[in-house]
Amino acid sequence: MSQWLWLIPGAPLLGALVIALLGGLLRREYFAMAANCAAAAAFAAVLLAWFTGAASQPLQQTLYTWIAVGDWRLAIGFTLDRLALVMVSIVSGVGLLIHLYSAASMAEETDQRRYYFFLNLFLAGMLILVLADNLLLLYLGWELVGLCSYALIGFWYREPLPSNAGRKAFIVTRVGDTALALGIFLLFSQFHELSLSALLTHATTQWEPGSQLATLVAMLILGGAVGKSAQLPLQVWLPDAMAGPSPVSALIHAATMVTAGVYLIARTHPLFELAPSVQWLVAAIGALTIVYGASSALAQTDFKRVLAYSTISQIGYMFLALGCGAYALALFHLTTHAFFKALLFLSAGAVIRTGGDEHDMHNLGRLGNHPPLARWTFLAGAASLAGLPFVTAGFYSKDAILATAWTAPAGPLLWMFAAVGALLTAVYIFRAYLLVFHGPGPRTSTISLPPLMAWPLLILALLSLVSGFVELPEGWPGPHLWSTWLEDELGLAAFPSLTITYTLQAIAVLLPLAGIGLAMLLIHREQTGQSLPAADFLRTGWGFDAFYHAALVRPYHALARGLWRTVDTLVIEGALTRITTGFLAFAAFCRKSVEHRVLEVGIASLVMALQIGYSRLSATQNGFLSRYALMISAGATFLLGYWLW
Amino acid sequence: MTYWLSVLIFLPLLGGLWIGLTGHSRATYVRWAALTVTGVELLIALFLWWGATPGEGGYLYILRIPWIPAMGIQFLLGMDGISLLLILLTALLGPVAVLASWNAVHHNWSAFAATLLATQAGIMGVFLSLDLVLFYVFWELMLVPMYFLIGLWGHERRLYAAYKFFLFTVTGSLLMLIAILGLYFLHGEQTGIYTFDYFALLHTDLPDKTGMWLMLGFFVAFAVKIPLFPLHSWLPDAHTEAPTAGSIFLAGLLLKTGTYGLLRFCLPLFPEASADFASIGMALGVIGILYGALLALVQEDMKRLIAYSSISHLGFVVFGIYAWNQESLNGAILLMLAHGVTTGAMFALVGMLEERSGTRLLARLGGLLSPLPRLAVMLLFFTLSAMGMPGLANFIGEFLVLAGVFQISPGLAIAGAMGIIAGVVYLLWMYQRAMLGETNNDQTWVDLNRREILALGLLAIVVLWLGLYPAPFLDSLRIPVTALIESNPGQ
Repeated sequence: MSQWLWLIPGAPLLGALVIALLGGLLRREYFAMAANCAAAAAFAAVLLAWFTGAASQPLQQTLYTWIAVGDWRLAIGFTLDRLALVMVSIVSGVGLLIHLYSAASMAEETDQRRYYFFLNLFLAGMLILVLADNLLLLYLGWELVGLCSYALIGFWYREPLPSNAGRKAFIVTRVGDTALALGIFLLFSQFHELSLSALLTHATTQWEPGSQLATLVAMLILGGAVGKSAQLPLQVWLPDAMAGPSPVSALIHAATMVTAGVYLIARTHPLFELAPSVQWLVAAIGALTIVYGASSALAQTDFKRVLAYSTISQIGYMFLALGCGAYALALFHLTTHAFFKALLFLSAGAVIRTGGDEHDMHNLGRLGNHPPLARWTFLAGAASLAGLPFVTAGFYSKDAILATAWTAPAGPLLWMFAAVGALLTAVYIFRAYLLVFHGPGPRTSTISLPPLMAWPLLILALLSLVSGFVELPEGWPGPHLWSTWLEDELGLAAFPSLTITYTLQAIAVLLPLAGIGLAMLLIHREQTGQSLPAADFLRTGWGFDAFYHAALVRPYHALARGLWRTVDTLVIEGALTRITTGFLAFAAFCRKSVEHRVLEVGIASLVMALQIGYSRLSATQNGFLSRYALMISAGATFLLGYWLW
Repeated sequence: MTYWLSVLIFLPLLGGLWIGLTGHSRATYVRWAALTVTGVELLIALFLWWGATPGEGGYLYILRIPWIPAMGIQFLLGMDGISLLLILLTALLGPVAVLASWNAVHHNWSAFAATLLATQAGIMGVFLSLDLVLFYVFWELMLVPMYFLIGLWGHERRLYAAYKFFLFTVTGSLLMLIAILGLYFLHGEQTGIYTFDYFALLHTDLPDKTGMWLMLGFFVAFAVKIPLFPLHSWLPDAHTEAPTAGSIFLAGLLLKTGTYGLLRFCLPLFPEASADFASIGMALGVIGILYGALLALVQEDMKRLIAYSSISHLGFVVFGIYAWNQESLNGAILLMLAHGVTTGAMFALVGMLEERSGTRLLARLGGLLSPLPRLAVMLLFFTLSAMGMPGLANFIGEFLVLAGVFQISPGLAIAGAMGIIAGVVYLLWMYQRAMLGETNNDQTWVDLNRREILALGLLAIVVLWLGLYPAPFLDSLRIPVTALIESNPGQ
């Protein structure tokens, strides 16, 4: 299988190329087919990898030398170990489902070519990111998915909102990317090496735990992860990114791209273990973001924005797990989240689509008549997101993170944030569910979704419910397949003593139930016209946008404008004008004093003589400047030639 | 084989002369003739690349003909890996410039073609000359036709721009002439051999102060061409007013003669002085990066915006040159190529856009993605390359430069990396204003035709090549860059 590894990212890349280059020859409806084939090929290649031993033995393929400078060489190469295998399975699997869903839901869009080109390119980029065996190739994938995210957020580019949202997403994540790039430079300057495995070995053997360099590198990598995964303080781009089509939100802004930061930290976790303070910071950012996202989601009115803030908050759980050293659990939650959040977005997309592109939840509730299937699948996703005990995947993945958080430094505090977040999660998602599906509108609809939309929803709903059974909570009898299978690469999570664990688990069981009750109360209050306290503050995401606008965007523009007006125009141009006028004055002075008085007589006579000659010569001149230029260059060439030979 | 070097110079020169003298009436004939000349030139350059085997000192070809022996002036041409790549770039942009001007030049095509080809010849000469007088001759030779190109076929304020361009560069090159003569006499006094031979002058023993002054003479001339802050003021005007082909040559090639000069003359001839100067050079580079990126954000004219972005990108190149190590030098040279191709394509695109819409002002564009999808896709592609998207041309150069600088001074590298963020800010804003949104113009639009796609496609292939498989280009830099690093007294 090793020699076919390139096929995993290569298939969607080829698909994108075919759509881009041969698109003119294809009919409109074939684009979806081409893109789906490419996605299916990638998924098939991943399945093949599973069955040919990638699950036990890492696969490796080197394609060609990309950069060679001095004695340093960097190749395009892929590695498929277990961590990567989990990621590529999610990316290609969920990716394929969303491609299928798109074929139905985006069928009426005129610009199929652009949509599927970027969707396929996104898959390729994401798979490159995950499979890359060196940091620069990883960075290539990292940027490629950012580009596709930009292009797909702004898919409806005629409106100003999506275009602005896409640009914002690109710029904000670029801030994080630059931190990551600096981290790469730092590692390179230390080890003269960019291969991931070699770097991690060098770092763990040469750096002391807690050393300054390790801390710095980990900080910079964290910067990149925070930007891509929309964590505090770079989370501002994700809610706006909802301006894109729903399948895009499901694939890029829920299931895959935004979790790239989690993958990056898991991949480079030895560096974070060398920098315990940064690792704790990862957990703290996660904990804060959990509460930030969940509380902001409470007050949203836009259906998709609830889910966006929910994504921010859920990735917070993954960061919390990473910060506690429970990398396998972070990956576990990443997996279940990919299922249920993609499901929520796709169900919401179906509702929004049948509701005539209505995004407001109150209006959707008044409208009623949502497709029943979308309602049930949304409910399944919501239950999993809220972590309804025992029957949902979200319960198992989140519960484990809550328990392991207790063991970290300041663990009870982190646990408290996570628990409050768990409560709020149930509140906001059931508030959304109740508002949309139990609003005053009629509920008698029998609209059925086309099979290409229905099947992905059903598959994802099933996965959202059952995929948690691979890893039962700590202290329970039954399978712990996930953590044991990943133990070699990612280590085992620490848990508190069994009594505490059981207590925490009991609380975790109660939290979602309490949350559903609170959601009902909240709906009741909203129906009587009372809103949440500080609703505006929460709805605007704690006012981050306004703050960044005032603190960064406006000063930046003012600086640019100011430099242009003062330095470029006033100082430099001004100096030039002064020098020129000075010269002119000097010339005028010379003209007056020297030329007029002394030379005038002499020149006058010379001119007389010349005029006689000129009248004879003027026959050969026609007054075109260009002709003069030609004559001059002709003369110059002639002279040059004469000197030469 | 070495005589082909002079063919590279004289083919466009004589071809241009011939076109200018014979083809004044029929534009079609002139266009095809110019395309043929530039196409043959490209083939010759590719042929030289193909047949190159590194010889003494890494030089692939050296052509030495006595010219004015009494003064020690020779007709000395030489090509090493660095000049090879720049020759390839020059030869590539020739046909592109002709194709981009096809319908854009309305009067006097024959004279236009002649000046364009003369400019190309001058640039070829600059990249090939290894005799300082010959270098100076070509340095001026490329200036004069460029002056006419701007002044005769430019836009509204063309005369002002051409005049400003000329004054700036002439002032700079006069300082260089003085420095050349200073070096000549110094070398003559020391050895008794009065010569302008580059290889001989390499071994001149320079007193500290004198070396610094001579180096600065060269440096100012190059800094004007690059251009470095605060000598950049001519560039936005010249770019904006020049015809499309002029902008392509200006941004793609003329600016590179400045950075090439640093690599070929400043560093090897004056290693001690350059090493002392390196921190200032890097500081000027980083100022250029940030200043250009900031000012690009507030430009309304697309050409002006790209001109400021050139200042920013060339800042990266200077940054890399003065960091003076393996990664940074390779990156700087690669970035010279990448910037030439990318920015050349962007100027061509703006020219095509202007032919269709009649304006370059962002406020009056917008929403053109739907009526002009091909043009919009091409613009996106090259814009992405300009903002350093991995897999496209500029990325590897920027990455290597910053990785190299980081080893010298992390602080400066961080400042330079801010330019990466700033680049996204202004380029995406430009793209959104020009292409996205709703169009407010209901004229009938004609998308790119085959000729235009051919010109841009050529460049697009090179952009991908540079981004995905730069190894062949880096290979030809191995020997000359190693030589440059060995000349670094700090190493």
